[in-house]
This record gives sequence, structure tokens and C-alpha cells, in this order.
Amino acid sequence: MSRIKELFVKKKQNVLNVYFTAGYPALNDTLPILKALQDAGADMVELGMPYSDPLADGPVIQSSSARALANGMTILKLFDQLKNFRKEIHLPVLLMGYMNPILQYGFENFCRDASEAGIDGLILPDLPVYEFENEFAKLIRKYNLDFIFLVTPETEEMRIRKLDEQSSGFLYAVSSSSTTGKNATLNQQENYFNKLRSMELKNPVMIGFGIKDKSSFSKACSFANGAIIGTAFINILENASLKEIPVRIRDFINCLK
Amino acid sequence: MAGSKTFQKPSEKGYYGEFGGAFIPEMLFSNVEQLRTRYLEIITEPEFLKEFDLLLKDYAGRPTPLYFASRLSDKYGTRIFLKREDLCHTGAHKINNTIGQILLAQKLGKKRIIAETGAGQHGVATATVCALKGLECIVYMGEKDIQRQAPNVARMKMLGATVIPATSGSKTLKDATNEAIRDWINHPIDTHYIIGSVVGPHPYPDMVARFQSIISAELKWQLKEKTGNNNPNAVIACVGGGSNAAGSFYHFLDELQVQLIAVEAAGEGIESGKSAATTSLGTKGILHGSRSLVMQTNDGQVVEPHSISAGLDYPGIGPLHAHLFVTGRASFYSATDTEALNAAFLLAKREGIIPALESAHALAILEKIKFAKDDNVVICLSGRGDKDLETYMKAMEGVKPNA
Repeated sequence: MSRIKELFVKKKQNVLNVYFTAGYPALNDTLPILKALQDAGADMVELGMPYSDPLADGPVIQSSSARALANGMTILKLFDQLKNFRKEIHLPVLLMGYMNPILQYGFENFCRDASEAGIDGLILPDLPVYEFENEFAKLIRKYNLDFIFLVTPETEEMRIRKLDEQSSGFLYAVSSSSTTGKNATLNQQENYFNKLRSMELKNPVMIGFGIKDKSSFSKACSFANGAIIGTAFINILENASLKEIPVRIRDFINCLK
Repeated sequence: MAGSKTFQKPSEKGYYGEFGGAFIPEMLFSNVEQLRTRYLEIITEPEFLKEFDLLLKDYAGRPTPLYFASRLSDKYGTRIFLKREDLCHTGAHKINNTIGQILLAQKLGKKRIIAETGAGQHGVATATVCALKGLECIVYMGEKDIQRQAPNVARMKMLGATVIPATSGSKTLKDATNEAIRDWINHPIDTHYIIGSVVGPHPYPDMVARFQSIISAELKWQLKEKTGNNNPNAVIACVGGGSNAAGSFYHFLDELQVQLIAVEAAGEGIESGKSAATTSLGTKGILHGSRSLVMQTNDGQVVEPHSISAGLDYPGIGPLHAHLFVTGRASFYSATDTEALNAAFLLAKREGIIPALESAHALAILEKIKFAKDDNVVICLSGRGDKDLETYMKAMEGVKPNA
């Protein structure tokens, strides 16, 4: 059983998944941040691979990506940083990123190296399900990686079923039709969340986009198995020194619970 | 593939050979899927075609003339015809596509129009049709382009559009496109995105190529009138994303005896690090939702291109053009900033026509390719040079061209 599936067997409510950009704020902060998140009590981590043109992301994550790239972050460097991370980190870790850098790396090589490093799954927002099934699913499955699809309030029921069927690990419910970091009004989306819940999907559901504090986190958790926080977390890392990172992360996570 | 039946039409999923497709986040799916399933049916309806043709004729000023440039022909020892897209309303071929897309947007019940623009020609063409139809218009434009294309920014504002600067990355066309796509993600119901070139997720490359194909449809009968033959020996067009080239090539794509010549912007030189010549510098990748050739680092980060011409300052090309390049159906050349400037001045002095800097790249190729005396060579003069006067004035003062 994958680490992600195991997590949801053990914990069905209030699952906290935290996103951060690899190589931000400093190039070698990736592991210290992972460690601090684990120590602070996060349940899962989504590690962003920086890209020059991150279409699904808002300005905060985009500028953290630009900074990480300026720091010299690459996929190759990330795998180097992750070489021995499983000695310390037992949380499920997903890689989130865009197709172009992965195609340059070589899609199969990428899956192989991610799997060897101990990565559990992938979130690739610009890999749509048609192309996934056509060409990429077999490689992702060959290396035993989970793959998480996104659904939005505009996604029709039949398509939600299809995306759920093709996903493994969990289904990522985008809280509103938006890029990351927009202020979502979760109450307005109640019908959508209730629809997802009533569909009895194969996968657990995690809500993301616009989750930023205790109240939005618990609201999201009342509709789903848990929630994903990205932009608000990137904001607290801004200008954090290596020393400050564990403290800031502990305080941030404590405030959510 | 070179042996396939047609270069014109992509597969059902939007592939030209190995290029194209729709690599979009789920947040865009409903919008793009609505377009994909409905565009062909809508744009082939008799009622749609009637209004489209009428607006192209009475509003945009079509057909645009095919002009035999005798003094230019004398200089280069061949027969050169200029397709005068510069005489279109708003000053470039871009209006062909925006008229088509605004009619489509209305059929889809959209109330809000967004667009990206580089040189500002597509932004102006979009603002124009929005004014014509009374729809809200938001144009994203790179901050750097806003500075170097001030007259077009003023035009868009006068036409009632809101111009929003794109301040990320290189602050040019690529970044304006990113911002427009983000806006679309945030407005999934009421908004239509009028992409200005043959780029983006399927069905955009095919849809824009079809709207621009009026250029080569006219060329066919105009050439027949002037030369007795529907086909020229060669068609030359500049390529940024590639919409005027797609339109100029379209009805000749499957006429293999017609030589198709695409001219990219070499900037300060292909090896200078300041270039936008995608087929020379690019590798296979995904940009703005489709597989194509992309200027990128070894790590897959999109690089910031350079050209004196804002309309060619783009690190990719449309998937149709990538297919034409790898199959050899079209020949790709490039012209530097300086070569384009020289060609613009030459056309002004020889023919009394001031071309847009984009189109000047196509003209510059006459210095590099020798055509036979009796060859009929068509050059798409995609836009007029009014918007580039500041650059031309600096060149006359002997200031080194600097974008």
C-alpha cells in the first residue's frame, strides 16, 4: 500500500497537506522545511518543482518559483537533495509541477528517479486526463507513483467520476475556479462540496486553493478528508533564515489546529 | 508526417503530427471543451459565415489588394507581389481573427472578452471588435511592450478597453499570455479568450488558422487574375506565433509545388543570446497549452526571447509551424533586427510603403534567397509601420536599435 493510501487509512479527517516550492527561500532549504513540517505535525507534503510559466498558480507561488529558479533550483538538483531524505522523513511526499520541465528531463527518467528517491505521487496540473491515459499513465504506474487529478466547481459529474477513477491517492478539489492564492469563499461552494461527498468517490478528497488559516482549514475539513495549504505557507517562509524556519513552521501549523 | 494527406487540418485532438494537443489545467477544461466541441459547427453555419464575410468586407476592408511591387521586383530580379494586410482596418491582419472570434463568442453567450498582445496589433483588433459588439474588453500586455508600443496602448484605451500590464518574467508577449490564461481560469463562465495567434491549446491553432485563411483564399483568385495561375512559386511570411504565416500558407499547404518560407526574428543574431528564432534555438516542449518547439533551458525553463519587433518576441511557434518545420514542408529562415530595419527603409523608399517591423522581417529575406526572374513571389505584408515610428526615427538618427 502506498504511503498516501496508508495515511488515509489511519486518518480520515483533518488531513493537512502543505505545499511549498523546492529551493525557496534558499536553494538548500528543501530538506530542513520537510523536516520542520514533519516535526510540526503536517500529514503530507506537496513539493513544488519551480517553473518559469506556472499557469495554474497565483503571484505568490509564481514569485517563489522565480526565486527558486534564481537560486539555481532544477529537477536534477532536487533529486540530489532528496537522495537520502527517506532516512528522516516518513510523511507522504508528492511532487507538483508542470509538464515542460519534466519532458525535458525525460518523462520516464523522471518517474524512475522520483520513485527511487522515495516520492509517493505526482500532481501535474497541465497533464489532462486524455493525454494521461494516452501516453503517460503507464509510465507513472510502472514506477508505482500515485497520480492526483484536480476537479473544479465546473467539472461535470461524469468527468468527476472519470478523474476519480484515474486518480490514486486522493482527488484534489479546487475550491473555486481560480489560480492559487485567491480568497475563496468556501460557503458559496457548499453545493459543490456536498455533491462530491454524496458521489461516494473511490478516493479521499482534499480541498485546495484559498485555504489560508484555521477557519478556512476547518471549514474545508468539514466538507472533505482534509485540505491543502500553499500560498499562505509560502508567505510565512518569506525571508526566513535557516534558523527561523522550524519556529515559523511550528507556529504556523499550531495556529491551524 | 510528410506523407499524410493534409497539412491543413489537425487531428480530432488537435495534433499536427506530434505537435499540438491541449495541455491545460482542469480549471480551463470546461471553457476549452465548449470551444472544441462547438467551434466547427458554429463557424461553418451559413448565418455565421454571412456575417463574418460582411464584416470582413465592409468593416475590415477586404479583400486587401495584391500589389505587384515593380521597383522592388527590379531590385531583386524577380516578380514580387505584396499582400497588403497592412491596409486592413486597425493596420494588420489581426482583425480577420478577432472578427471571427467575437462572432463566435457571441454565439457562445460570452459577455467579457480577454486578450493578450505583443506589438499591440492584436490588442487593438480585439478592442475594436469589442467596441463594435459592445462587449467588455480586457487586454493583457507586457509592461515592456506597453512602453515600446505607446500609440497602440492609447488606441486600445480610446476604444474602451482596459489594458493590464503583465509584470512577471520578461514582461513581454509570453507573460501577457500567461496573465490572460490566469484571468480565464478565474472567470470560467462568462469570458472568452481571444488568442491572437495560432498558438494555445486545441482548438485555437486550427480556429485562428481558419479565420486567417481568408488571406490565402484571396491570394488564389488574385494571383489567377494577375499571373494566370492560382499558385505562386513562393509565399513568404514572418512568424512569431505564426498567424499571418498560417493564413498566407493555408490554401497552399497541400499544394506541394508552392514553396512556403517562414521568417523568424533572429534579434541581435541567433547565437547572440538575444533572439527569438524558435526553430533554430528551440526544442520540443509544451508552451501555453500545446506541444511545439519552445526556446528553453536544458532544465525546461522557458527562456526570454528578444526581437526589435514586439510581435515576433515569442519563445515558441504554433504547432502547425513546428510540424511544417520538422517535415520540411516550409523552409524557415531568420532576419536580425538590423536586417529588418534595412528592409523596412528599403520598402519605404522603393515602394512608398512603411511596413510594420514584423513584416519587415519577411521582406529582409529577399537579401538571402535568390528567386528566378519569372518566379511569382508573394510576401505577406502583415501590418503597417505607424506603431513602429519611434523605432524608425531612432534608426534614422543613427541610434543602435534597442528594443
